[in-house]
Amino acid sequence: MRNININFNFMVWHRKAVYVSLFLIFVSLVSIFTRGLNYGVDFNGGTIIEISFENSAPIEKIRNYLQDNNYEKSSVQYFGSNKDILIRIPNIISASESSLSNTLISKLNNEYTFSLKRVEYVGAQVGEELRDQGILAALIALALIMIYITLRFEYRFSIGAILALLHDVFLIIGIFSITQIEFNLSVFAAILAVIGYSLNDTIVVFDRIRENFKNSIIENIDTEDLTNSSINQTLSRTLITSLTTLLVLISLLIFGGEILFGFSFALIAGVIIGTYSSIYIASSTLLIMNISVKDIVIEIDEDKP
Amino acid sequence: MKILSLKRIIVIIVLIFSVVYSLPTFFSETPNWLTSLNAKKMNLGLDLKGGVHFLMEVDLDEVVSSKSKKLSSDIRSQLRKEKVRYVNFDHQLTDINIEFINNDNYKKAEKLIKNNYQETFEITKISDAKMNIAISDKTLNELRIAAIKQNTTTLRNRVNELGVAEPIVQQSGKTRIVVELPGIKDTTRAKEIIGATATLEFKMVDEDSDPYAAESSNQTSLSSKLYYDDTGQPVLLKRDVILTGENIVDASSGFDRNSRPSVNITLDNPGAKRFANITDENIGKLMAVLFIESKSEQKIIGGESKRITKKYEKIISIATIQERLSKSFQITGLDSPKQARDLSLYLRAGSMAAPMYIVEERTIGPSLGADNIEKGKISVIIGLILVLFFMVYYYRVFGLFANSALIINILLIVSIMSLIPGATLTLPGIAGIVLTVGMAVDANVLIFERVKEEIRNGSTPLASIELGYKKAFSTIADANITTLIASIILFIFGTGPIKGFAVTLSIGVICSMFTAIIVTRILADITYEKNSNLRVKKLNI
Repeated sequence: MRNININFNFMVWHRKAVYVSLFLIFVSLVSIFTRGLNYGVDFNGGTIIEISFENSAPIEKIRNYLQDNNYEKSSVQYFGSNKDILIRIPNIISASESSLSNTLISKLNNEYTFSLKRVEYVGAQVGEELRDQGILAALIALALIMIYITLRFEYRFSIGAILALLHDVFLIIGIFSITQIEFNLSVFAAILAVIGYSLNDTIVVFDRIRENFKNSIIENIDTEDLTNSSINQTLSRTLITSLTTLLVLISLLIFGGEILFGFSFALIAGVIIGTYSSIYIASSTLLIMNISVKDIVIEIDEDKP
Repeated sequence: MKILSLKRIIVIIVLIFSVVYSLPTFFSETPNWLTSLNAKKMNLGLDLKGGVHFLMEVDLDEVVSSKSKKLSSDIRSQLRKEKVRYVNFDHQLTDINIEFINNDNYKKAEKLIKNNYQETFEITKISDAKMNIAISDKTLNELRIAAIKQNTTTLRNRVNELGVAEPIVQQSGKTRIVVELPGIKDTTRAKEIIGATATLEFKMVDEDSDPYAAESSNQTSLSSKLYYDDTGQPVLLKRDVILTGENIVDASSGFDRNSRPSVNITLDNPGAKRFANITDENIGKLMAVLFIESKSEQKIIGGESKRITKKYEKIISIATIQERLSKSFQITGLDSPKQARDLSLYLRAGSMAAPMYIVEERTIGPSLGADNIEKGKISVIIGLILVLFFMVYYYRVFGLFANSALIINILLIVSIMSLIPGATLTLPGIAGIVLTVGMAVDANVLIFERVKEEIRNGSTPLASIELGYKKAFSTIADANITTLIASIILFIFGTGPIKGFAVTLSIGVICSMFTAIIVTRILADITYEKNSNLRVKKLNI
């Protein structure tokens, strides 16, 4: 099976695909607004302390200590083995927030042998800023991409591409809301990477559509057929690239450890959703907006000096 | 086609470059000839090396309000001195409303302020006898900039005392300072030293008034303030400060004759002169040394959380001035040798112009750092091997071309990363490389699929290669430029880990364009050129 030569009629399904996507986006939005996201300390502020003990971890003792010091909302869990623990303390307005890790650690130091693996403390204000900055970055990236595509193609293409991207972003955030996997800075980076990746896919398909439109001499040829054959022509490339990218991402998910888990998970979800959206959402948008050979061909004529 | 075209020469140079400059990163020891070429290891981020990252917020409001308080009391005393009479003196945050008894006094004050403060204030006339003086924006700005600068310098001095290799202390944004201490083990100590605000003030004891009376009536004269010494006895100290930590240029800890912990202090010239004059005039009188620490607390005021800086002042010693003191002298009264050591460190490092507090901390223990490197390595290697196998299986000889390009691509990213000053490899950065590996083959997949298509359409093998590369080019360019846009935005707006990811992704995208298009093309040409006399009948793709 070294050649993928399918001539599948994708566009027959394009309206149904749009409904399915709309439904999934609806589910995502409902979950985002009802369940919300499980923000990590990056965005919500708070403290994470990871400690690795030489012997089994005194988890109850730490819990009691936190209880006694008014950190009721904090959680202490085993992390990997019963020697490693992860303490999460939400942002509480108090004087000693940033020094809590210090007091706790010096207290433990007297009784146990352990090594401090990680402390992350983010103040509430910084968390908010990181979130705002992130959203701003995403919006600017989207705007610039839209301008680029409008310049290189036509405005309907850029609308198609942006809708496909928004579709991907909503679904990924929806998945994080439904699964309640921690949403932190690296997950956010992954979503922006997905924007880049999914766009790659979309542009490859668009490029083919544009090329086929240009090459079609008969102006009233069926747009749906042309779009369909463009998708089929680029299908093998789309699948192979998704496959190679997935291969490395799965390697990252399995071997990259806890810190990269959210990141690789978001990317894997993004690559799959992005592949689907560039076939269906981006191209469907073109069809729904009644793009025709004329739009492209006339543009080319005008280009000629 | 010539065997040695310009393109090929460039590729060979790039190849040599990427191998040479990536060598130090892959091997533990760097041979001398490599070092002489300025080749060095890739800079590792804190998440891989272990260490501490702090983001400190400088409380500039505090600087402004204390400066404004000082200016306002200066003006008040000057008005009094010049006998300018006013009925109301109302000091707000950065401005003062003064109501004079008449226009004459208004004019006198206006002249006085203009002469003495020039551009520090902006004077607005409210009525003939009423004025508003506001600290000018320029002054406020200069004040803020100077405060951040001074805090950064002081922090740098303190960090240097910690003896960490390659620490980073730099301003970040308008009100923050980043401190990064790679490889540090004792993070508790680091935090203590970075966060401390301790300093000293020297004041005369007000021996003319009765401190007990002041305590019971809860009233003191305008020029003094009530304190308690370490035995709990009330003491009145004059408000005028003889010396502050700012005048101290050097300090070291030790013990006095009675083996109590002490700090030996050396003053700067203006400080020494003033101190000599004052101590000379006041021999036989009492002088107090105040230990001052400011601590920042977060409180909820009217539903909003606000930072409040509280000043803790403690008298550490009161002693009779025995003789004229000047440049160097010794103070005692500290709780422990450690306190003496810490205090002398803080005094040596210089004073903080404004209180600071930690708003972000990321500590990665050395064991976790090593662990992260290991995990990063394994996932890159396994991911890479999977892709290499797949490409050879699917594209045969062309797969080998793509694989060579991919490996050169990785070496190139590593070389460029280790050459750019300030570029650091972080764990998300490794993820960026992994992602580039996955996406770099995309350009080749695009080209090869085009070549296959051309073959199916009946083009000759060599023409198929030519057309495949030509037709795929615009697609590859469009796809990569949009990815580049996204990653540059990430770089500009991202912080810490995100920046690390954006750096490797951007470099990766640019390098992959070069390797995937030019390098594979040359390999394909070389392979099929040799056979061109024999006429290539079939491409192994």
